[in-house]
Amino acid sequence: MISINIYRYNPEKDQFPYMQTYKFEQPKRDIMVLELLNQLKEKDPTISYRRSCREGVCGSDGMNINGKNGLACITPLSSVIKKNKLDLRPLPGLPVIRDLVVDMTEFYAQYEKIKPFLQNDTPVDIGERLQSPEDRDKLDGLYECILCACCSTSCPSFWWNPDKFVGPAALLQAYRFIADSRDTQTAERLQNLSDPFSVYRCHGIMNCVAVCPKGLNPNEAIGEIKSMLLKNKQKKSNIIASTVSTSN
Amino acid sequence: MSTLNSSNIKTLEFDVLVIGGGGSGMRTSLELAKSGLKTAVVSKVFPTRSHTVSAQGGITCAIASADPQDDWRWHMYDTVKGSDYIGDQDAIEYMCSEGPKAVFELEHMGLPFSRTENGRIYQRPFGGQSKDFGKGGQASRTCAAADRTGHALLHTLYQNNVKEGSNFLNEWFAVDLVLNKLKEVTGVVAFSIESGEVAYLKAQATVLATGGAGRIYSSTTNALINTGDGLGMALRAGIPAQDMEMWQFHPTGIYGAGSLVTEGCRGEGGYLINKDGERFMERYAPNAKDLAGRDVVARSMVLEILEGRGCGENKDHVFLKLDHLGADVLNAKLPGICELSKTFAAVDPVYEPIPVVPTCHYMMGGTPTNVHGQAFKISSSNNDYIPGLFSVGEAACVSVHGANRLGGNSLLDLVVFGRAAGLHINEALKSGGGVADADKDDIDGALHSLNKLNESTSGHEVSSVKRELQEVMQNYFGVFRRGDYMEKGVSALSDIREKIDNLHLQDKSAAFNTNRVEAIELQNLFEVAEATAISSLQRTESRGAHAREDYPDRDDENWLCHSLYDPTSKSLGKRKVNFEPKQVDAFPPKIRTY
Repeated sequence: MISINIYRYNPEKDQFPYMQTYKFEQPKRDIMVLELLNQLKEKDPTISYRRSCREGVCGSDGMNINGKNGLACITPLSSVIKKNKLDLRPLPGLPVIRDLVVDMTEFYAQYEKIKPFLQNDTPVDIGERLQSPEDRDKLDGLYECILCACCSTSCPSFWWNPDKFVGPAALLQAYRFIADSRDTQTAERLQNLSDPFSVYRCHGIMNCVAVCPKGLNPNEAIGEIKSMLLKNKQKKSNIIASTVSTSN
Repeated sequence: MSTLNSSNIKTLEFDVLVIGGGGSGMRTSLELAKSGLKTAVVSKVFPTRSHTVSAQGGITCAIASADPQDDWRWHMYDTVKGSDYIGDQDAIEYMCSEGPKAVFELEHMGLPFSRTENGRIYQRPFGGQSKDFGKGGQASRTCAAADRTGHALLHTLYQNNVKEGSNFLNEWFAVDLVLNKLKEVTGVVAFSIESGEVAYLKAQATVLATGGAGRIYSSTTNALINTGDGLGMALRAGIPAQDMEMWQFHPTGIYGAGSLVTEGCRGEGGYLINKDGERFMERYAPNAKDLAGRDVVARSMVLEILEGRGCGENKDHVFLKLDHLGADVLNAKLPGICELSKTFAAVDPVYEPIPVVPTCHYMMGGTPTNVHGQAFKISSSNNDYIPGLFSVGEAACVSVHGANRLGGNSLLDLVVFGRAAGLHINEALKSGGGVADADKDDIDGALHSLNKLNESTSGHEVSSVKRELQEVMQNYFGVFRRGDYMEKGVSALSDIREKIDNLHLQDKSAAFNTNRVEAIELQNLFEVAEATAISSLQRTESRGAHAREDYPDRDDENWLCHSLYDPTSKSLGKRKVNFEPKQVDAFPPKIRTY
C-alpha cells in the first residue's frame, strides 16, 4: 500500500486547508500521477483538479508533486514516490480555489502584459512573410511553452511580486516575440520591461529551468532580455555622451 | 440548493455566444472581435487547454510551397475521394480554395511555421494526397510547425484574440440550449465552474464550437474534455445529427496509452511493420502504401493483428518504424513524437519502433450545417435552418470530411469555417437578423436536467456508468462492425439510458465542482453514443470509416447520401450530398483505391 496525501480545501465548508490521506494499492505497472488521481476520484468524486489532454501539451494539470512542480499527466509515479508516500499540493504562490485548483488570474495577467502576439504592420502583398530556417530556429525552445505555470509558481521572485515581476513563463514569451525576425516592436517590447521589477527581479536561481516539464529554459531567455536592455542603455548613454560632447 | 428557475438566475446578454474556445471557436470570435458585436467565448477550460493543442502533423493546404505547381483543385479531388464521395462538394471547394488565404493569415498572425530553405512555409507529405487529380503521385501539402502545429495554431489564435480584446467566459460550462416557442435558439444556460453560479446567457446567435466526442470510446487519442457537449445539448433539444456512424480510427495511437502519433511520421518516411518485420501496407495499398487513407491503413492493421501477425506478447499491436530516418531528422521534424514515445511507450524512436494500434480519433459527423455554419433542421426539403444556431469545427458536419477525413484537413476546416461563420453572423445580425425572446418556461425547461442532477439523492455513479458506456462503444462499434453485434450494442445502450437519466451527483458543492461537470459530460457522451449506434446499425453498407462485415461493399444506389439522425424518434433519415461545386465540375463517385 502507498499513501497519497492530497491538499484539500473547499471554500464552502473548510475554514483551513488540510492534508487528506488516501491508501492506494501499489499498481502493478507504472502509472502517471494523473491516472492515480483519476482512480482516486472514482472513489472520492469530491477531489478537484484540472486536466485535459493527459499527454503533456495542454498545461492544465500543473501541481506540486512531492515538493516539485510538474505536470501530473507525464510524471510517472515511480519517479516521484518516496518511501511509499506521495504529497500532492496545488501550485505554490497562487490563491487556491479548491483542492489542487489555483486561481491563475495573476499568471495570465502577466502573460497579457507582455503583448503576446506578433506585431508587424507592414502589409504583405501576397503569400506568407518569408523567414529563413535559421531565423525560425531561434524560436525553438521558446514557442513550445504550454502556460502550465510550473515555472512561475516555483519562483520566489514571482511569489513575492506576482503583480510586478512578469515571471519566467511570460518573460519566455516576451523573448519569443523579440527573437522573431517577423516582429517589428523589439524596442518597445524592451522598453516595457525596463523598470526595476518586470525582468530585473529575476535573480537567476533557475527554479524555472529545473521544473519546466517541456525542458525549456526561461532563465536563458531572461538573460538575453537583460543583455539587450543593457546594450540599449549603453547605446543611449553613448548618444547622450556624444550629444554632450558636440554641444560643448 | 434551491431549485433553479428563470427568476432566481441572472441573465447575461450578448449578441453572439461562441460555445467552445478551441481552434474553430477562437477563429469565429476573432472574426467577430472587430465587428462591434458583443461576443463571448464560453469555454469550459482556459482556451489553450482545448484539444486543438494536440494536433501534430499540420494543416493541409495548396499554398504551392513544396510544389510551385500545386493546385487547390487537386486538394479538392483528394478530399472528395478521401470522403468516399459523401463530402459536400460545395463545402470542400470552399475549404480548399479559401484555404491558402486562411493559412497565410495564420502566418501573418505569427504562427511559427517550419520553413524551407527559401523561407517559405514547410510542407510535408500526408496520407491520401496526390498531384494532378490522383495521376501525378504523392503530393506534399501539409503545412507544419514541426510536429506541434495544433499547439502553435491554438496559441496563435488565442494570442490574436487577446490582441483584439475578445471577451472570454473561461471555465464556464454550457449545460443546455434555450429554445423559444418558435424553436429558435436564444442562448444557453451555463454555470461558472469556479463559483458555481448559474446564468442564462442570452444571444441572437449561438455557435457550437465544442469539438469532438472521442471519449465515447475507451481507447481514444482525444483529450479527457472531448465529450461532445455541444452535440449533446443539440440532440437533447431535438436537433438532428448527420453521419454519426463515421468515426475515424487513427492508425497510430500509442499502444496502451492512446496518445496520437502523427501521420507526419509516415509522411517523413516512417512505415508500419508486423511481427515478421514485413512492411505490410505494400500488400494492401501498393501505390500509396503507408500513406493510404486512414480508414484503409487502420483496417489493414486490424487484419494483420486478427490474422496473427501482430507484435508483442499478445500479438495485439504493430510497430511504427522510424529509426532509419536518423536522429537528425527525428529531432528536427518530429521532436514531440520522440518526447511522447519516451514518456508513454518507453521507447526512443531513434533506436526502436513505436508500438501502435488504431485508436478513435475524430468525429466526421456532427450538427449538419451549410458553409456559413447555419445549422439545418429536419424538414421535407432538408435545407431549412434553425434560427439562432450555428456550428463549426469538429462539432459540425459541414460536411468536408464525409466518411473519412484526410490528415491535416481538420485544422483547415477550423480556420476556414470559423471565419466563414463569423463573417455570416456579422452580416446577418447587422442587417436585422436575430431571434425572438424566450419565455420564462423556455428557460426553466433548459434548467431541468441540471436541477434533476442537483436534487439527486441516490442513483448511479458517474464513473462506473461512463466506463460501461465506453466499453459498449469500443466492443460493438469499433473499426469493423457487424449487424448482430451492433444490435446487442444498441440494446445495451438502452439499459444505460436509464442510468444516465438517474445519475447520482454525490458532490453538491458550488466551487469548482468537477463531479457535476463530469456528470453532465457523461450525459452528453451518451447522446452522441446513441446517435452513433443507431446510425451505424442502419447504414447497411461499407463506406469510408464505416466498415461492416455483413455489408462489405459500398452501395451507391442506396447510400450515396448523408445519414440524418432524428433524436426525437431515434430514427435515421437521409440527406442529399452536394455535387454542385461553383468553380469546377463535380467529381463523380469512383471506386476508391490507393
